[in-house]
Amino acid sequence: METLSIYAPKLITNREYIASGHRACSGCGEVLAMRYVCKALGRNTIISNATGCMEIISTPLPQTAWEVPWIHTLFENASAVASGIECGLKALKRKHGYTKEVKVVAMGGDGATADIGLQSLSGAMERGHDFIYVCYDNEAYMNTGIQRSSETPFGASTTTAPAGKASMGQHTWKKNMAAIAAAHEIQYVATSCSSYPFDIMTKVEKAIKIKGPSYIHILSVCPTGWRCPSNSTIKMGRLAVETGIFPMYEIENGKYTLNIDLPKLRPVEDYLKLQGRFRHLDKDNTAEIQEKVLEEYNKVKRLAAGNKAK
Amino acid sequence: MIAKRIGIESSLAVAEAVRLANVDVIAAYPITPQTHIVEGLAEMVANGHLDAEYIPVESEHSAMSSCLGASAVGARAFTATASQGLILMHEVLLVAASLRLPVVMAVTNRALSGPLNIWGDHSDVMIARDVGWIQIFAENGQQAFDQTLCAFRIAEHQDVLLPTIINIDGFHVSHVIEPMYFLDQKTVDEFLPPYRHPYALDPDKPVTMGGFAMPNLYTEGRKSLDTALRQSKKVILDTWKQYGDITGRYYKPIEKYQAENVDTLLVTVGSYSENAMDAIDKMQAEGKKVGLVSVRLWRPFPYKELIEAISGAANIIVLDRAISLGGPAPVCSEIRAALYSLKDRPQVVSIVGGLGGRDISPADFEKLIATGLDKIKSGDTAETIMFGVRE
Repeated sequence: METLSIYAPKLITNREYIASGHRACSGCGEVLAMRYVCKALGRNTIISNATGCMEIISTPLPQTAWEVPWIHTLFENASAVASGIECGLKALKRKHGYTKEVKVVAMGGDGATADIGLQSLSGAMERGHDFIYVCYDNEAYMNTGIQRSSETPFGASTTTAPAGKASMGQHTWKKNMAAIAAAHEIQYVATSCSSYPFDIMTKVEKAIKIKGPSYIHILSVCPTGWRCPSNSTIKMGRLAVETGIFPMYEIENGKYTLNIDLPKLRPVEDYLKLQGRFRHLDKDNTAEIQEKVLEEYNKVKRLAAGNKAK
Repeated sequence: MIAKRIGIESSLAVAEAVRLANVDVIAAYPITPQTHIVEGLAEMVANGHLDAEYIPVESEHSAMSSCLGASAVGARAFTATASQGLILMHEVLLVAASLRLPVVMAVTNRALSGPLNIWGDHSDVMIARDVGWIQIFAENGQQAFDQTLCAFRIAEHQDVLLPTIINIDGFHVSHVIEPMYFLDQKTVDEFLPPYRHPYALDPDKPVTMGGFAMPNLYTEGRKSLDTALRQSKKVILDTWKQYGDITGRYYKPIEKYQAENVDTLLVTVGSYSENAMDAIDKMQAEGKKVGLVSVRLWRPFPYKELIEAISGAANIIVLDRAISLGGPAPVCSEIRAALYSLKDRPQVVSIVGGLGGRDISPADFEKLIATGLDKIKSGDTAETIMFGVRE
C-alpha cells in the first residue's frame, strides 16, 4: 500500500472571521456552519445578521467575535438591511469613487428566515439585490428556549408545541424554504448541513460568483434544543442526510442536483431515537415520518433525475 | 444665488430638496399622503435628474431597515412615510437612533386607525416621540423644503449623527401648491458637506454594529444616546443660523407671532399656526391681548426657548392635533412639565382638535381661544378639552 506523508482532501484557509471565545453552547452546529460560511466568504464581506443565537453569542458588548464588518439591527429585517447595504455600496461606487468589491451577506436562524423575516427576504430576493442569504436552521427558536417555528420537524417536542397526553408535539411538516427561495426564480439555491464543511464552503463559493440573490439553507444541529449529547453534533447532521430527512441539493437556475445520493437510505428511526425531542414518538408516528421523508426525498430525486435526463 | 420664486406642490418641493442633497439611496413604500414625495423622486431617478439607488421595498419596516443598511456603509439615505407606515417602522426607528445612523425622513403627518382616516393630524409622530430621533415641524411648503435640506446637515454633522424627521402636515401642507424659493445646486453643495460616517461598515476597518448590552451597560448606552440628542440642539441652531444667512429665512425652536406684551398665548404645532395667525391678527385689532407661539423643534425639546417664549403670559392655551387616549395631550403635557419649575406659573389649558383632517378655521380659532379662557376662568384646567366635537 502506498504511504503518503500528507493526506489533504482540500486546503482550507486557517484564517478565522468568527473568533473563538464566543458564547455558543458546546457542540453548537450553527456556529460551526457559520465559521465555514465565513471562511468561504473571506474578508471582503459585510454581514447583516438577524437577531438570534448567532447574534447573541457573538456580540455581548463591549466584546465581539467578528473580524468582518457586521451589523445587527432586528429580528425580521436582515434582508432589508442587506438590501440597503448593497444599494449603498452601488451608489458609493457610481458616485463617490468607492472601489472595493464587497460581498453582502444576510444571515439568520430559521425563525428569522422562515417566520418573522420571510417578507423581508422575499422582498429582497424579488428585487434582485446582489446578496447571499444564509439560513442556519436549527429547527426552533433556540435562543429564547426551544419554541416551535415553521421549520420545526413533525413530531418534535418544543416548549410551545410540547408532547403530552393530548399532543405528539409539532403537528405540521417542515416548511420548504429552498422551494420558496427557488420560486423567486433566483439563480442559486442550495441546502447544506453543519456536518459537511466542504459542502458548505463549495456552496458559498458558488453563491459568491452569482450576480443577484442566492439562498443557502443549512441544517444546523443544536444539541441543546434537540436534546442530544453535545459530542454527537456531527453524527446527528450526517444521520439527517443519510436517512433522507434532510436532502442536500442545489437548484441552479431552476435545475435540481442531489449532492449526496445514497444508494440506500437509513431508516429515520436511526436519527429520531437519538434525540430527546422525538423521544415520545410511537411506532405509528415513526412510520408516518418515514413515509413522508421518502416521499419528499424521492420528489427531490425525481427533480434531479429529470434535470439529468435533459 | 437664489433661484426665482416658483409655484409647486409641497411634496415635490421636498423631493427637490432631496435631489439637491444628492441623496444616494431612497427607500420607497406608498402611503397616503406621503406618496407624492417618493413618486417625485422616482421620476427624477427615472429621468436621470438624480443619481440614486431607488429601492421599492415591500413595507415601511423594510424601508427604514434598508435606509439603515445604506447609512451604515456611508451612503446618504432618505425615505418618507405617514401614519400606519410610521407605526410599522417604529421598531426600526429605535435602532436607527441607537446605531447613530443619520437617516432623514419626511413624515406627512396623518391620523391613525381606527377608524381608518387618511387625513392630517399629529397622532403618528406623537407616538414616535421617544424613539431618539431629532424631530422638526414645518408649517408650509417653503419650510418643508428648507427643513429637509437643513435636516441632512443636522443629522450628518459629526457631533450629531442622529436620524431626523421632518414633519409636514398631511394634505394641508403636503398636497398644497405654494409659491416658494428653491436653492441652486452650488449653494446647496456649499451648505451641505458630503456624508461620512466615522465607523462605517468597511472590510478594511471591520466594526461590529448592534451588539447587545447586559444590565451593566444598557443604561450607559441609553444615556449616551440621550446626551447626543440633547446636545444636537447646538448644531440645529447653528444650521438654522447658517441657512438663514444664505436665504434670509431664519428658523427658531419656538416660533413667536405677535407674542410680546400679551396676556394669553395660543400654542400650536404645524400648519394650523397659519390659520391661528389670522385669528390673532383679528383679535389684536379688536384690542385683545392674545399672541401665538408654535413649536418647531419637538425633539430635542427646547425647554429654555419655550420658557422664554411663554412664561410671561398669564394664560397658555395649547392645541394638540393628537389625542393621548386616557391621558393628557402630548404637547400640552410637555409644556406643563416645562413650566412646573417656575415660581410664577401661567395657567395652562389643554385642547385637542383638528383630528383626522378636521379644519380649524381662523373663526374657529377665535372660539377655541375663548373656550380656553373660559376654562381657565372656571379654575378647572386639569382635563383636556376636545374642540369641535359634533354632539
